[in-house]
Amino acid sequence: MDTLMARRSSMGPGPGFSPTFLLPALSLARREVVRFLRQRARVVGALATPVLFWILLGSGIGRSFSVQGAENGGYMEYFFAGTLVMIVLFTAIFSTITLIEDRHEGFLQGVLVSPASRLSIVAGKILGSAILATGQAGLFLLLGPLSHVPLSLGGAAGCVFVLFLLSLGLSGMGLAVAWRMDSAHGYHSVMNLVMMPMWILSGAVFPASGASAWLRWVMWVNPLTYGMGLVRGVLHGSQAAGHAGSPPMALCWTVSVAFAAGMTLLCAWLATERSGGTA
Amino acid sequence: MAVRVKAMTHRYADRVALSNVSFDVRDGELFALLGPNGSGKSTLFRILATLARPSEGTAEILGDDVVTDGASVRRHLGVTFQSPAVDKKLTVRENLTHHGHLYGLGGAALARRIEECLDLVGLRDRLRERVEQLSGGMSRRVEIAKCLLHEPRVLLMDEPSTGLDPTARRALREQIESLRGRRGLTCLLTTHLMEEAESCDRVAILDEGRLVAHDSPRALKQAVGGEVLTLLAERPEELAEDIRRQFNLNAQRFGELLRIEAPHGHELAARLGQQYGDRLTSITVGRPTLEDVFAKFTGHRMERGKED
Repeated sequence: MDTLMARRSSMGPGPGFSPTFLLPALSLARREVVRFLRQRARVVGALATPVLFWILLGSGIGRSFSVQGAENGGYMEYFFAGTLVMIVLFTAIFSTITLIEDRHEGFLQGVLVSPASRLSIVAGKILGSAILATGQAGLFLLLGPLSHVPLSLGGAAGCVFVLFLLSLGLSGMGLAVAWRMDSAHGYHSVMNLVMMPMWILSGAVFPASGASAWLRWVMWVNPLTYGMGLVRGVLHGSQAAGHAGSPPMALCWTVSVAFAAGMTLLCAWLATERSGGTA
Repeated sequence: MAVRVKAMTHRYADRVALSNVSFDVRDGELFALLGPNGSGKSTLFRILATLARPSEGTAEILGDDVVTDGASVRRHLGVTFQSPAVDKKLTVRENLTHHGHLYGLGGAALARRIEECLDLVGLRDRLRERVEQLSGGMSRRVEIAKCLLHEPRVLLMDEPSTGLDPTARRALREQIESLRGRRGLTCLLTTHLMEEAESCDRVAILDEGRLVAHDSPRALKQAVGGEVLTLLAERPEELAEDIRRQFNLNAQRFGELLRIEAPHGHELAARLGQQYGDRLTSITVGRPTLEDVFAKFTGHRMERGKED
């Protein structure tokens, strides 16, 4: 990244500066990663929590109930994909909370008075968060063989790509919510009321095919259902039993890409708004 | 004109923060916005820094409108905040590098600029330290180095002396002076400290959202008149009334204090001492300060500000 930055700036301007799009975005994204790695508690929590969730919930539910659509590989296998999406979701939430921290510590206003375009600022924040989320989910992916998820190298690469796409959308959504908030408390309640249900109703925990009619309807309008479908598709193959009950792959791709792009643009629009008084 | 504020009004839901404020800051000037907390200076600062939009009126920096031409204004603006806008988890070098990237600076040119700016604030040997390990004064210096990195033409500083000890304050002032001398930097700062405003080229006094006076400190003090007498009395109200009757002089009362402007303060002090000696705790004669200017124009003292 350093060389890329150096290269870009060497074509760049002298005094009078018109900053490029990429340089501020990459710099902000790198800052997210560096900050994360320097906070040990965050690293440990981020790595250990999903493994714990997967083992406790997966083996608990799997032994007690039989979930329709998840018969073949057992529930641990079904829930594996769900856990991947959970990691992405949690990480996206945690890293967008950093926006509220940035505002409290005064760092954000220093960024906002710079000439960097608002789109590059939010893109940098989203990208940093997505890199962290994908990295953690990627590490968890290494546990796949333990739950009999057949994982080829190509499949893993595809899965990482899909998770990256999902984390762009979810980070963008978290950032959009955080942008107008000044306390982490308010943010937490929004997240519990919106993001957790989004995950539960995405097919992460149970497939749509087994749900009641109204619930199924909610699942169809939930954008994360399509992200979940993508993860299952690349992990198990779109014809496999593990993908049963998910929407068609083409639709999954379309919705997920649109969601990520839409959220990024929404954030950029929010970032151009200045605090105003009353007219 | 470096900064031009015209007929600016800003309302929040429950109060008016700025009321029809207009003033100019000339190129290369060191200009202070002086006022207590709640006077509206922070609101004005946020508007000039392109972070807030005024309800009415306009502001230009180097000819560009801060609302409609935000991007070009930001390019030439350096802003330091009351709480330094630095990332404590990053090292000094990382903070400055990141800041440079936001302004499109990079590579060897940026590395060179970083060293120059750190030399300027005397922190070159701290390059590798995380900001959280530095003292408050030092992290403010990191912030200043950061703001100079992109060679701004106008520097906005919000309460630059907050949290600095007197030595650090002096050092900061010297740094700003040398930059103004070398590069013709224009500097606008907000402050609630009289002595800080005193050393600026011109001062705008804000109180409850209104611009009550603006001029050089010298001219402002001349407007007050010859000398200022400050009387400390047990029953100030009564005394003020007596002085008004017997001397035909207007005495402003602030708590236990009485304040009187007079062309020949010393003579008056002697006469007042003779007349009311037993009722006075103390009597002092002084040249007018900006505090007196503030009291004259607002009718109250500066310390009695509300929370901003």
